[in-house]
Amino acid sequence: MNAIYQRRRRRNTIAIGAAIAATAIGLGWLALVLGGLFWHGLDGLSLRVFVEMTPPPGASGGLRNAVVGSLIMTGMAIMFGTPVGILAGTYMSEYGRHDRLTSVVRFINDILLSAPSIVIGLFVYEVMVRPMGHFSGISGAVALAIIVIPVVVRTTEDMLRLVPNSMREAAAAMGLPRSHVFRHISFRAARAGVVTGVLLAVARISGETAPLLFTALNNQFGSININAPMASLPAVIFQFALSPYADWQKLAWTGALIITLAVLALSIAARLIAAPRKNS
Amino acid sequence: MSIASFAMPPVAATVATDHSRLNEKIVIRDLDFHYGEVRALKSVSLPLYANRATAFIGPSGCGKSTLLRVLNRMYDLYPNQRATGEVLFDGDNILAPGIDLNLLRARIGMVFQKPTPFPMTIYENIAFGIRLYEKLSKSELDGRVERALRRAALWDEVKDKLSASGLSLSGGQQQRLCIARAVALRPEVILFDEPCSALDPISTARIEELIDELKDTYMIVIVTHNMQQAARVSDFTAFMYLGELIEFGATAGIFTSPRDPRTQDYITGRFG
Ligand SMILES: Nc1ncnc2c1ncn2[C@@H]1O[C@H](COP(=O)(O)OP(=O)(O)OP(=O)(O)O)[C@@H](O)[C@H]1O
Ligand SMILES: [Mg+2]
Repeated sequence: MNAIYQRRRRRNTIAIGAAIAATAIGLGWLALVLGGLFWHGLDGLSLRVFVEMTPPPGASGGLRNAVVGSLIMTGMAIMFGTPVGILAGTYMSEYGRHDRLTSVVRFINDILLSAPSIVIGLFVYEVMVRPMGHFSGISGAVALAIIVIPVVVRTTEDMLRLVPNSMREAAAAMGLPRSHVFRHISFRAARAGVVTGVLLAVARISGETAPLLFTALNNQFGSININAPMASLPAVIFQFALSPYADWQKLAWTGALIITLAVLALSIAARLIAAPRKNS
Repeated sequence: MSIASFAMPPVAATVATDHSRLNEKIVIRDLDFHYGEVRALKSVSLPLYANRATAFIGPSGCGKSTLLRVLNRMYDLYPNQRATGEVLFDGDNILAPGIDLNLLRARIGMVFQKPTPFPMTIYENIAFGIRLYEKLSKSELDGRVERALRRAALWDEVKDKLSASGLSLSGGQQQRLCIARAVALRPEVILFDEPCSALDPISTARIEELIDELKDTYMIVIVTHNMQQAARVSDFTAFMYLGELIEFGATAGIFTSPRDPRTQDYITGRFG
């Protein structure tokens, strides 16, 4: 074995060692966070949490209004944001690929994608909450939708662009109108990726706090009126975790655990959907 | 150089042994093609005959694919690509504005170099296109799918797994699936762009046989790098070089007594 080979082997060993160490550090923190969540939140996790409302300080209660509010606002945000995002992404990939408009939209979309969510919260506060005169679930949903849109636009465009051009040419060569080509062929090939994008968007907004504090605020009653302030898990966690009451802090841990488990479930679902299947 | 040197009467004369009359299905006149500023076709003129196979040969980059993609206006998918001149298809200029591109492409099918099955079942790969143009009952549709697959010599291999994914077939089978897909739409012309270059010799032979059969019904245009293939499957051959049509004539004539020295050099393997 000559010297060059020896040196390469040594370098290889060092590189592998460094990579393992970096992975361990990253995963270590994650494990610590998860461990902490389970440690503090698990014994509070019971059916009661989903049945009872958030309590006043000192009393016992659950997180029902927060869970329901989160579900409503997240659901509405996905309902508003997904069609807009998919349509825009489709336009960019299938129709406007060579347009200036597409580059402009992509640029703005990337800015929106990385915009701090508190800015979006303030924006919706200004254009919805102020004119309406009160906080509301609907403005919370709009704020979340604005976070959803750029994520979905981006994944839709990226996934459709992965569909090889040869496939589009083959379809066009059969005389298929463009709308058919992307509805029946490009989407079929890109479906898993687009669904994954939507699930990741759900995961992203389910933990957003800042935009909701400016829009939906909170509500300690089980209101499902979207025209009134609405509770959400992140907002409740924020309020309860900072409070001096032990009961509230306990509930905040449990709420955090619920969000984490939900996001984990969504990520696993996204993985399963995106996994290559034999007969797709 | 003078492209006009190919004369149509002598061409017709060389195939006088063939008794069916030559019918000029497509006539290309003074065709120029630009990719942006790059001129890829220079004043190309030639006829393409119904029920005949015409081969486009020439060294890489000479414009064979470009010429083929003008015939179904494939280039229209991209900006900055434009064709000028005339391409008469049954007398109508397909380069004229206002042509219904989808209708044109339904009449002129195309098979690409790389097989491009759609991500759906074998059955759907073929039924999909038919449904777009015709309302058929389930049994009529089944019949059409079967006929197309038989026509492409694929039926026996796939008849028991029509609901398997088109992507699960081998490369040669995928290419025959694409041919079946094109045939199922009942086009008048089928364009082949190096259909065998990704295939093994056995699949290649099958596809050549197929092209020979398809000639009875369709007009065939095939781009190929393989001289033997051009000689085997085509009735007419066009030799192109640097965007120009150098020589066009009956295949037998081109291969035995080319008029242009460049054609001679190319078919004897001296360049290209
Ligand atoms: N999309 C494009 N943009 C710009 N120039 C192009 C494009 N496609 C082809 N060309 C140019 O046009 C010329 C003809 O290309 P074409 O693909 O028709 O050649 P070809 O004869 O089919 O070659 P091959 O045998 O390698 O497939 C080449 O010089 C090529 O560089
Ligand atoms: Mg080519």
